[in-house]
Amino acid sequence: MTPDTAAHAAPPPRAIPGSGEAHRHALIVLVMDRPGVLNRVASLMRARNFNIDSLAVSRTDREHISRMTITLHGDDVAVEQAAKQLYKLVDVLKVQDVTADQVVEHELALIKVRASDANRGEVIKIVELYKGRVVDIAPESVIVEATGSESEIDALVALMRSYGIKELVRTGAIVMLRGAGSIEEALKL
Amino acid sequence: MTVTKGEPPAGGTAASAPQRRSHVPGAGTPAAAAIDEARRAMLHDSRVKKRTRIGADALMEALVRQGVDTLFSYPGGVILPIYDILADYPEVRHILVRHEQGGAHAADGYARASGKVGVCMGTSGPGATNLVTGIGTAMLDSVPMVALTGNVASPLLGKDAFQEIDITGITLPMTKHNYLVRHADDIPRVVAEAFYLASHGRPGPVHVDFTKDALQQETRAEHPTEEEVVAGLPGFRPTIEGHPKQIKTAAREIANAKRPLILAGHGVLIANAEEELRAFAEKAQIPVAWSLLGIGALDEDHPLAYGYMGMHGWKHVNRAIQAADLLIAIGMRFDDRVTGSVATYAPYARIIHADIDPAEIGKNVAVEVPIVGDAKRVLAALAKAVHPVAREARAEYLDQLDEWRAESQAASWHGSGGWREGVMTADFVVARIGELTDHVGTYVADVGQNQMWTARYTRFKRPNSHISSGGLGTMGYGVPAAMGAALGNPSAETWALVGDGGFQMTSQELMTLVADNIPVKIAVLDNKKLGMIRQWQEIVYAGNYHSSHLPGPDFCKLADAYGMPSWKASRPEDVDTAIKAAQAVDGPALIWFEIEQEQNVFPFMTAGKGLSDLIETWGGPEE
Repeated sequence: MTPDTAAHAAPPPRAIPGSGEAHRHALIVLVMDRPGVLNRVASLMRARNFNIDSLAVSRTDREHISRMTITLHGDDVAVEQAAKQLYKLVDVLKVQDVTADQVVEHELALIKVRASDANRGEVIKIVELYKGRVVDIAPESVIVEATGSESEIDALVALMRSYGIKELVRTGAIVMLRGAGSIEEALKL
Repeated sequence: MTVTKGEPPAGGTAASAPQRRSHVPGAGTPAAAAIDEARRAMLHDSRVKKRTRIGADALMEALVRQGVDTLFSYPGGVILPIYDILADYPEVRHILVRHEQGGAHAADGYARASGKVGVCMGTSGPGATNLVTGIGTAMLDSVPMVALTGNVASPLLGKDAFQEIDITGITLPMTKHNYLVRHADDIPRVVAEAFYLASHGRPGPVHVDFTKDALQQETRAEHPTEEEVVAGLPGFRPTIEGHPKQIKTAAREIANAKRPLILAGHGVLIANAEEELRAFAEKAQIPVAWSLLGIGALDEDHPLAYGYMGMHGWKHVNRAIQAADLLIAIGMRFDDRVTGSVATYAPYARIIHADIDPAEIGKNVAVEVPIVGDAKRVLAALAKAVHPVAREARAEYLDQLDEWRAESQAASWHGSGGWREGVMTADFVVARIGELTDHVGTYVADVGQNQMWTARYTRFKRPNSHISSGGLGTMGYGVPAAMGAALGNPSAETWALVGDGGFQMTSQELMTLVADNIPVKIAVLDNKKLGMIRQWQEIVYAGNYHSSHLPGPDFCKLADAYGMPSWKASRPEDVDTAIKAAQAVDGPALIWFEIEQEQNVFPFMTAGKGLSDLIETWGGPEE
């Protein structure tokens, strides 16, 4: 039996799911606040070969419900697969990929920067331009606190690098959809 | 033929074909009645009422409430509180396995044969880690199982106490869900949740670890109703009904297809959807292929039953997949052993994929029509939605497929790859076991060549008659899983078809079979090789046979040492007599088949190749 199309050309190879172009995604994950739930999420992402870029977790205002923001790189199919695998965890209540949505996205960074009497004013000026603030001053350094999107923080960190970064800590992104809608209220519990 | 026990071999004696009985496990049997009686008696058991109700009681009560009649277990320090009260719960038959791995595989085989949740138990530390292979096996094959372990008392947790291991940390990625229970009051809820999760949606193993003090504490906690269990699991809401819009789209695809093919997987059997599958296939006149774990979804003698697909599947089946313009995949997951190279898989086919687990859809291959739902509901909806098609309307296609089948079976069935005059080949042995049991027994394979021969040549006519470790490919699975299967479906004659390698991994369970008189017939297909490894070494690794030669013991002496009757068959003409002799034994028996040492399983597909590149014969390396 000759398939109809065979006379013309061999069909193109079937695409391997997840092999498309990777870009950054942000997922909001609502979970039951139970022991080990963070371990379950982290273990699943590791076992399924997804690389988490950042993961922020905290309680919500609802009893027994915690909220995670996960950022990761992958093509749309791969990230959809990650979301579906997360859904299979019994403690996971809701997974939403908000990459394409209007969101407020922030992370907090603390940067300990080398700063002496000679250039402290310069450092502070730059930090103020980035809507950050200096929260600690020592003879040879300052601690800068900054909030903003991942790219804003990246930009500030790049500028601070020329003075010498002694320490850097970032919380990872937290994300909330703009507008009146609420993914927490949408949970039917 | 050698008769190692003093018992008469069956040649001409009472070795008749096995009785055909009901396929409903245990229904209406004296054993079931006795259990009901015992359950009633238990409600008035004075011993339970006279002493304190402890966590271990809550556990056993929960098992009884779930209808558990068999517990595969091995005792140990921290689960002694359970063993101390076990005798108060006569409705649960305790099978003392000889190794926890055997217990886990037995619970798995029990579950697959009965459709119920299988239950195994082990102590902390090594008892728990020994269960792990069996839990992983159940996970990969979506088998409903509840694995119970004890752990050290909660004040000792994390102190590296004697026989302490972080077993919930170990089982976390290979269970559907797991629990560590530190308070007796939590036991009724957790056990009820464990059974609910194991058996609903896509089934799978759930592991519950109890600290010793939780088992010992007094408790008055009540058992939850199913509604309460569901309310307590807000994150678990499997989709059962296929979306009507998707069903409609699927029906349109089916109406437009000229060369449609149904691919039936384990999900069809798990959902008891065999009738719906048959009705759908017949109405639309679509042939049915199946994966390893989809064997039995359709009677192999049905005119639309096309055969076993994949790496060692029938050539005609893989050929049909490669030519199909529409694949209708039900309850299967396009595993790499099924597809080979995805890039060249079914190049002309659009794909409808129905599965209860949305994560399976689009995971390995992109599909045109995804349907999330239970196989039974989806197949029923599809059967309703499609237009009836007369066989004549598909005659060209179906005749072509029949022709391909005739060709590939002539080449393979007792052909070049197998049966030769005077040579004891494995395919001949497994085919005779199928024939002499009227194809309605339960056939439990191990892993490797024996598994592929069983899948290809035994022939299956009944759902759940074929049991095999498909996903994890666990050697050593066969004998203990057959033990569980024989207890899970006592009405079917149960055979373990195992290689000499896998058999030697769990042969300690011979003692359990003898001690509890569990009537498993074991066929050891002994080629004195790790046959599949040897085959790969011959074809892919230029004949570099490292560690694939596997000297074994005298298997009849081994069986004899355990008190199990056994026979040895080394020539084709001894095969029937040995099988009939084993069938005549009221209890377990073993047959040692000395088969040809270098027989390969064909077709064969090496890594990275596609279904169109099957190796069908092998005459040695090309010059």
